[in-house]
Amino acid sequence: MTSSTVKKPAKSAYWVGVRDGLPFILMAAPFALLFGVVAMDAGLSMGQAMGFSVLVIAGASQFAAVQMITENAGIAFVLLAALAVNLRMAMYSASLVPYLGNAPLWQRALVSYLNFDQTYITAVARYETRPEMSVADRVAYFFGVATPITPLWIGMTLVGILAGTAIPDAWALDFIMPIMFLALVAPMMKSVAHVAAAAASVIVALALVDLPSGTGLLIAAAVAMLTGAFVETWKEKRAQ
Amino acid sequence: MTYSSAEIWFIIAVLGIGTFLIRFSFLGLIGNRPMPPFVLRLLRFTPVAVLPGMVAPLVLWPAATGGQPDLIRILAALMTVGVGLWTRNVLWAVFAGVATLYGGMGLTGLLAGLH
Repeated sequence: MTSSTVKKPAKSAYWVGVRDGLPFILMAAPFALLFGVVAMDAGLSMGQAMGFSVLVIAGASQFAAVQMITENAGIAFVLLAALAVNLRMAMYSASLVPYLGNAPLWQRALVSYLNFDQTYITAVARYETRPEMSVADRVAYFFGVATPITPLWIGMTLVGILAGTAIPDAWALDFIMPIMFLALVAPMMKSVAHVAAAAASVIVALALVDLPSGTGLLIAAAVAMLTGAFVETWKEKRAQ
Repeated sequence: MTYSSAEIWFIIAVLGIGTFLIRFSFLGLIGNRPMPPFVLRLLRFTPVAVLPGMVAPLVLWPAATGGQPDLIRILAALMTVGVGLWTRNVLWAVFAGVATLYGGMGLTGLLAGLH
Protein backbone atom coordinates (compact mmCIF):
# COMPACT_ATOMS: atom_id res chain seq x y z
CA MET A 1 0.00 0.00 0.00
CA THR A 2 1.34 3.44 -0.88
CA SER A 3 1.28 6.24 1.62
CA SER A 4 -1.42 8.10 -0.31
CA THR A 5 -3.87 5.22 -0.07
CA VAL A 6 -3.17 5.02 3.64
CA LYS A 7 -3.77 8.69 4.15
CA LYS A 8 -7.03 9.00 2.26
CA PRO A 9 -9.14 6.65 4.38
CA ALA A 10 -8.00 8.40 7.58
CA LYS A 11 -9.13 11.71 6.14
CA SER A 12 -12.51 10.40 5.07
CA ALA A 13 -12.94 8.67 8.43
CA TYR A 14 -12.50 12.11 9.98
CA TRP A 15 -15.27 13.59 7.83
CA VAL A 16 -17.61 10.68 8.47
CA GLY A 17 -17.00 11.42 12.15
CA VAL A 18 -17.85 15.09 11.66
CA ARG A 19 -21.09 14.06 9.96
CA ASP A 20 -21.99 11.65 12.78
CA GLY A 21 -21.15 14.27 15.40
CA LEU A 22 -23.34 16.98 13.89
CA PRO A 23 -26.69 15.84 15.37
CA PHE A 24 -25.25 16.42 18.85
CA ILE A 25 -25.42 20.13 18.22
CA LEU A 26 -29.10 19.69 19.09
CA MET A 27 -28.15 18.50 22.51
CA ALA A 28 -24.87 20.20 23.35
CA ALA A 29 -26.03 23.70 22.44
CA PRO A 30 -28.94 24.05 24.88
CA PHE A 31 -27.07 22.11 27.58
CA ALA A 32 -24.02 24.39 27.38
CA LEU A 33 -26.20 27.50 27.18
CA LEU A 34 -27.98 26.37 30.32
CA PHE A 35 -24.66 25.82 32.07
CA GLY A 36 -23.58 29.38 31.30
CA VAL A 37 -26.84 30.70 32.73
CA VAL A 38 -26.69 28.51 35.86
CA ALA A 39 -23.03 29.39 36.53
CA MET A 40 -23.82 33.11 36.35
CA ASP A 41 -26.82 32.65 38.65
CA ALA A 42 -24.54 30.87 41.12
CA GLY A 43 -22.25 33.91 41.20
CA LEU A 44 -19.28 32.54 39.25
CA SER A 45 -17.20 34.94 37.17
CA MET A 46 -17.21 34.70 33.40
CA GLY A 47 -13.69 33.24 33.45
CA GLN A 48 -14.65 30.61 36.01
CA ALA A 49 -17.73 29.53 34.07
CA MET A 50 -15.63 29.23 30.92
CA GLY A 51 -12.92 27.44 32.92
CA PHE A 52 -15.42 24.72 33.78
CA SER A 53 -16.46 24.19 30.17
CA VAL A 54 -12.90 24.21 28.78
CA LEU A 55 -10.98 22.36 31.51
CA VAL A 56 -13.55 19.96 32.93
CA ILE A 57 -15.60 19.59 29.72
CA ALA A 58 -18.10 17.16 31.27
CA GLY A 59 -21.64 18.52 31.38
CA ALA A 60 -23.30 16.57 34.17
CA SER A 61 -20.37 17.00 36.58
CA GLN A 62 -20.18 20.73 35.83
CA PHE A 63 -23.82 21.12 36.83
CA ALA A 64 -23.25 18.99 39.93
CA ALA A 65 -20.25 21.09 41.01
CA VAL A 66 -22.01 24.42 40.51
CA GLN A 67 -25.10 23.14 42.30
CA MET A 68 -23.01 22.17 45.34
CA ILE A 69 -21.05 25.43 45.22
CA THR A 70 -24.38 27.27 45.42
CA GLU A 71 -25.29 25.18 48.45
CA ASN A 72 -21.94 26.01 50.10
CA ALA A 73 -21.04 22.35 50.51
CA GLY A 74 -17.44 21.84 51.62
CA ILE A 75 -14.78 21.85 48.88
CA ALA A 76 -14.05 18.15 49.42
CA PHE A 77 -17.72 17.28 48.90
CA VAL A 78 -17.92 19.36 45.74
CA LEU A 79 -14.89 17.58 44.33
CA LEU A 80 -16.00 14.09 45.37
CA ALA A 81 -19.50 14.50 44.00
CA ALA A 82 -18.39 15.94 40.67
CA LEU A 83 -15.63 13.35 40.19
CA ALA A 84 -18.02 10.52 41.13
CA VAL A 85 -20.32 11.69 38.34
CA ASN A 86 -17.38 11.28 35.95
CA LEU A 87 -16.18 7.88 37.13
CA ARG A 88 -18.21 6.14 34.42
CA MET A 89 -15.63 7.57 32.01
CA ALA A 90 -13.02 5.20 33.46
CA MET A 91 -15.18 2.44 31.98
CA TYR A 92 -15.27 4.31 28.68
CA SER A 93 -11.50 4.64 28.82
CA ALA A 94 -11.08 0.91 29.39
CA SER A 95 -13.51 -0.04 26.67
CA LEU A 96 -11.59 2.08 24.11
CA VAL A 97 -8.33 0.22 24.82
CA PRO A 98 -9.00 -2.66 22.39
CA TYR A 99 -9.77 -0.14 19.64
CA LEU A 100 -7.28 2.66 20.26
CA GLY A 101 -4.59 1.10 22.45
CA ASN A 102 -2.09 1.07 19.57
CA ALA A 103 -2.42 4.79 18.83
CA PRO A 104 0.47 7.11 19.78
CA LEU A 105 0.37 8.44 23.35
CA TRP A 106 -0.42 12.04 22.36
CA GLN A 107 -3.42 10.85 20.37
CA ARG A 108 -4.63 8.74 23.26
CA ALA A 109 -4.22 11.77 25.54
CA LEU A 110 -6.22 13.99 23.20
CA VAL A 111 -8.91 11.32 22.79
CA SER A 112 -9.06 11.16 26.61
CA TYR A 113 -9.61 14.90 26.87
CA LEU A 114 -12.45 14.61 24.34
CA ASN A 115 -13.90 11.37 25.74
CA PHE A 116 -17.40 12.30 26.87
CA ASP A 117 -20.70 10.45 26.51
CA GLN A 118 -21.49 11.63 22.99
CA THR A 119 -18.10 11.12 21.38
CA TYR A 120 -17.57 7.83 23.19
CA ILE A 121 -20.82 6.14 22.31
CA THR A 122 -20.82 7.37 18.71
CA ALA A 123 -17.26 6.14 18.18
CA VAL A 124 -17.78 2.75 19.83
CA ALA A 125 -20.97 2.17 17.82
CA ARG A 126 -18.92 2.73 14.65
CA TYR A 127 -15.96 0.60 15.78
CA GLU A 128 -18.30 -2.28 16.64
CA THR A 129 -19.98 -2.31 13.24
CA ARG A 130 -16.70 -1.86 11.32
CA PRO A 131 -14.05 -4.12 12.85
CA GLU A 132 -11.88 -3.64 9.73
CA MET A 133 -11.17 0.02 10.58
CA SER A 134 -7.48 0.83 11.09
CA VAL A 135 -6.32 2.44 14.32
CA ALA A 136 -5.52 5.67 12.43
CA ASP A 137 -9.04 5.70 10.99
CA ARG A 138 -10.56 5.11 14.41
CA VAL A 139 -8.61 8.02 15.90
CA ALA A 140 -9.53 10.25 12.94
CA TYR A 141 -13.17 9.28 13.32
CA PHE A 142 -13.13 10.08 17.05
CA PHE A 143 -11.65 13.53 16.42
CA GLY A 144 -14.25 14.02 13.67
CA VAL A 145 -17.11 13.34 16.06
CA ALA A 146 -15.63 15.75 18.61
CA THR A 147 -15.12 18.51 16.03
CA PRO A 148 -18.68 19.93 15.86
CA ILE A 149 -19.45 19.30 19.55
CA THR A 150 -16.44 20.68 21.40
CA PRO A 151 -16.25 24.27 20.08
CA LEU A 152 -20.03 24.48 20.32
CA TRP A 153 -19.96 23.34 23.94
CA ILE A 154 -17.49 26.06 24.81
CA GLY A 155 -19.08 28.74 22.60
CA MET A 156 -22.60 28.15 23.83
CA THR A 157 -21.42 28.37 27.44
CA LEU A 158 -20.24 31.86 26.58
CA VAL A 159 -23.59 32.69 24.98
CA GLY A 160 -25.34 31.51 28.13
CA ILE A 161 -23.05 33.67 30.26
CA LEU A 162 -23.71 36.74 28.11
CA ALA A 163 -27.42 36.13 27.57
CA GLY A 164 -27.79 35.39 31.26
CA THR A 165 -31.52 34.80 31.13
CA ALA A 166 -33.09 31.47 31.87
CA ILE A 167 -34.48 29.46 28.97
CA PRO A 168 -38.29 29.06 29.24
CA ASP A 169 -39.21 25.74 30.90
CA ALA A 170 -41.79 25.22 28.16
CA TRP A 171 -38.98 24.27 25.77
CA ALA A 172 -38.40 21.14 27.88
CA LEU A 173 -34.72 21.23 26.96
CA ASP A 174 -34.03 19.04 29.99
CA PHE A 175 -35.42 16.13 28.02
CA ILE A 176 -33.37 16.49 24.83
CA MET A 177 -30.43 14.78 26.54
CA PRO A 178 -32.34 11.63 27.61
CA ILE A 179 -33.81 11.36 24.11
CA MET A 180 -30.38 11.60 22.48
CA PHE A 181 -28.89 8.92 24.73
CA LEU A 182 -31.83 6.56 24.28
CA ALA A 183 -31.66 7.06 20.51
CA LEU A 184 -27.97 6.12 20.58
CA VAL A 185 -28.41 3.07 22.77
CA ALA A 186 -31.50 1.50 21.16
CA PRO A 187 -29.78 0.53 17.87
CA MET A 188 -27.00 -1.12 19.91
CA MET A 189 -29.39 -3.79 21.24
CA LYS A 190 -27.95 -6.49 19.03
CA SER A 191 -28.50 -9.58 21.17
CA VAL A 192 -30.35 -10.94 24.18
CA ALA A 193 -27.19 -10.24 26.18
CA HIS A 194 -27.32 -6.54 25.27
CA VAL A 195 -30.99 -6.32 26.23
CA ALA A 196 -30.29 -8.12 29.52
CA ALA A 197 -27.44 -5.70 30.29
CA ALA A 198 -29.60 -2.65 29.55
CA ALA A 199 -32.46 -4.03 31.68
CA ALA A 200 -30.11 -4.72 34.60
CA SER A 201 -28.69 -1.21 34.26
CA VAL A 202 -32.15 0.38 34.44
CA ILE A 203 -33.40 -1.76 37.33
CA VAL A 204 -30.32 -1.31 39.54
CA ALA A 205 -29.97 2.40 38.75
CA LEU A 206 -33.60 3.03 39.69
CA ALA A 207 -33.28 0.97 42.86
CA LEU A 208 -30.15 2.86 43.94
CA VAL A 209 -31.26 6.33 42.84
CA ASP A 210 -31.04 7.70 46.40
CA LEU A 211 -27.33 6.96 46.75
CA PRO A 212 -24.95 9.95 46.43
CA SER A 213 -24.53 11.24 42.88
CA GLY A 214 -22.89 8.82 40.49
CA THR A 215 -22.49 5.92 42.96
CA GLY A 216 -25.74 4.16 42.07
CA LEU A 217 -24.94 4.42 38.38
CA LEU A 218 -21.49 2.88 38.87
CA ILE A 219 -22.94 -0.12 40.69
CA ALA A 220 -25.70 -0.41 38.08
CA ALA A 221 -23.16 -0.31 35.24
CA ALA A 222 -20.97 -2.96 36.87
CA VAL A 223 -23.95 -5.28 37.47
CA ALA A 224 -25.14 -4.68 33.89
CA MET A 225 -21.75 -5.46 32.33
CA LEU A 226 -21.53 -8.70 34.32
CA THR A 227 -25.12 -9.57 33.32
CA GLY A 228 -24.37 -8.99 29.64
CA ALA A 229 -21.12 -10.97 29.74
CA PHE A 230 -22.68 -13.91 31.61
CA VAL A 231 -25.74 -14.08 29.37
CA GLU A 232 -23.50 -14.02 26.31
CA THR A 233 -21.24 -16.77 27.70
CA TRP A 234 -24.28 -18.86 28.61
CA LYS A 235 -25.80 -18.44 25.13
CA GLU A 236 -22.51 -19.49 23.53
CA LYS A 237 -22.26 -22.58 25.73
CA ARG A 238 -25.83 -23.56 24.87
CA ALA A 239 -25.24 -23.08 21.15
CA GLN A 240 -22.34 -25.55 21.17
CA MET B 1 -22.28 31.36 47.82
CA THR B 2 -19.43 31.94 50.28
CA TYR B 3 -16.49 30.69 48.20
CA SER B 4 -13.59 32.96 47.34
CA SER B 5 -12.47 33.29 43.75
CA ALA B 6 -9.29 31.32 44.50
CA GLU B 7 -11.30 28.48 46.04
CA ILE B 8 -13.48 28.20 42.94
CA TRP B 9 -10.43 28.16 40.68
CA PHE B 10 -8.99 25.44 42.90
CA ILE B 11 -12.17 23.39 42.40
CA ILE B 12 -12.03 23.92 38.64
CA ALA B 13 -8.35 22.92 38.46
CA VAL B 14 -8.77 19.76 40.54
CA LEU B 15 -11.90 18.75 38.63
CA GLY B 16 -10.18 19.42 35.31
CA ILE B 17 -7.12 17.35 36.19
CA GLY B 18 -9.15 14.64 37.97
CA THR B 19 -11.58 14.27 35.09
CA PHE B 20 -8.74 14.04 32.58
CA LEU B 21 -6.99 11.38 34.66
CA ILE B 22 -10.23 9.36 34.85
CA ARG B 23 -10.56 9.53 31.06
CA PHE B 24 -6.87 8.83 30.47
CA SER B 25 -6.64 6.03 33.05
CA PHE B 26 -6.95 2.80 31.08
CA LEU B 27 -6.39 4.17 27.59
CA GLY B 28 -3.22 5.94 28.68
CA LEU B 29 -1.70 3.33 30.96
CA ILE B 30 -2.64 0.00 29.38
CA GLY B 31 -2.15 1.10 25.79
CA ASN B 32 -1.56 -1.91 23.58
CA ARG B 33 -0.93 -4.48 26.32
CA PRO B 34 -3.39 -7.38 25.89
CA MET B 35 -6.32 -7.69 28.28
CA PRO B 36 -7.93 -10.95 29.48
CA PRO B 37 -10.78 -12.18 27.23
CA PHE B 38 -13.42 -11.95 29.94
CA VAL B 39 -12.47 -8.33 30.65
CA LEU B 40 -12.80 -7.56 26.95
CA ARG B 41 -16.19 -9.23 26.95
CA LEU B 42 -17.29 -7.13 29.94
CA LEU B 43 -16.08 -3.95 28.31
CA ARG B 44 -18.06 -4.55 25.14
CA PHE B 45 -21.20 -4.03 27.22
CA THR B 46 -20.07 -0.65 28.58
CA PRO B 47 -22.36 1.61 26.50
CA VAL B 48 -25.51 -0.44 27.06
CA ALA B 49 -24.60 -0.83 30.74
CA VAL B 50 -24.04 2.86 31.52
CA LEU B 51 -26.44 4.92 29.45
CA PRO B 52 -29.78 3.20 30.20
CA GLY B 53 -29.09 3.51 33.94
CA MET B 54 -28.07 7.12 33.54
CA VAL B 55 -31.24 8.03 31.66
CA ALA B 56 -33.87 5.92 33.51
CA PRO B 57 -34.23 8.22 36.56
CA LEU B 58 -34.37 11.28 34.26
CA VAL B 59 -37.26 9.68 32.37
CA LEU B 60 -39.26 8.58 35.40
CA TRP B 61 -38.57 11.51 37.72
CA PRO B 62 -37.64 14.55 35.61
CA ALA B 63 -36.24 17.52 37.54
CA ALA B 64 -38.25 19.88 35.30
CA THR B 65 -41.52 18.60 36.78
CA GLY B 66 -40.19 18.60 40.33
CA GLY B 67 -39.55 14.86 40.20
CA GLN B 68 -43.15 14.00 39.33
CA PRO B 69 -43.56 11.35 36.60
CA ASP B 70 -44.70 13.00 33.38
CA LEU B 71 -46.69 10.98 30.83
CA ILE B 72 -45.43 12.97 27.84
CA ARG B 73 -41.77 12.45 28.75
CA ILE B 74 -42.33 8.72 29.36
CA LEU B 75 -44.09 8.39 26.00
CA ALA B 76 -41.33 10.33 24.26
CA ALA B 77 -38.72 8.01 25.80
CA LEU B 78 -40.66 4.89 24.74
CA MET B 79 -41.07 6.23 21.20
CA THR B 80 -37.35 6.95 20.99
CA VAL B 81 -36.42 3.43 22.07
CA GLY B 82 -39.14 1.83 19.92
CA VAL B 83 -38.18 3.65 16.74
CA GLY B 84 -34.47 3.14 17.50
CA LEU B 85 -34.99 -0.63 17.83
CA TRP B 86 -37.16 -0.76 14.74
CA THR B 87 -35.15 1.41 12.33
CA ARG B 88 -31.69 0.88 13.91
CA ASN B 89 -31.17 4.52 13.02
CA VAL B 90 -30.15 7.14 15.58
CA LEU B 91 -31.59 10.13 13.75
CA TRP B 92 -35.02 8.58 13.22
CA ALA B 93 -35.10 7.69 16.89
CA VAL B 94 -34.22 11.25 17.93
CA PHE B 95 -36.82 12.62 15.55
CA ALA B 96 -39.52 10.30 16.93
CA GLY B 97 -38.67 11.23 20.51
CA VAL B 98 -38.54 14.98 19.94
CA ALA B 99 -41.74 14.91 17.84
CA THR B 100 -43.55 12.98 20.59
CA LEU B 101 -42.26 15.37 23.25
CA TYR B 102 -43.24 18.58 21.48
CA GLY B 103 -46.37 17.09 19.92
CA GLY B 104 -47.53 15.93 23.34
CA MET B 105 -46.73 19.26 24.96
CA GLY B 106 -48.46 21.17 22.16
CA LEU B 107 -51.53 18.99 22.50
CA THR B 108 -51.78 19.37 26.28
CA GLY B 109 -51.18 23.11 25.90
CA LEU B 110 -54.02 23.25 23.37
CA LEU B 111 -56.33 21.23 25.61
CA ALA B 112 -55.47 23.41 28.62
CA GLY B 113 -56.23 26.48 26.49
CA LEU B 114 -59.69 25.14 25.63
CA HIS B 115 -60.72 24.90 29.27
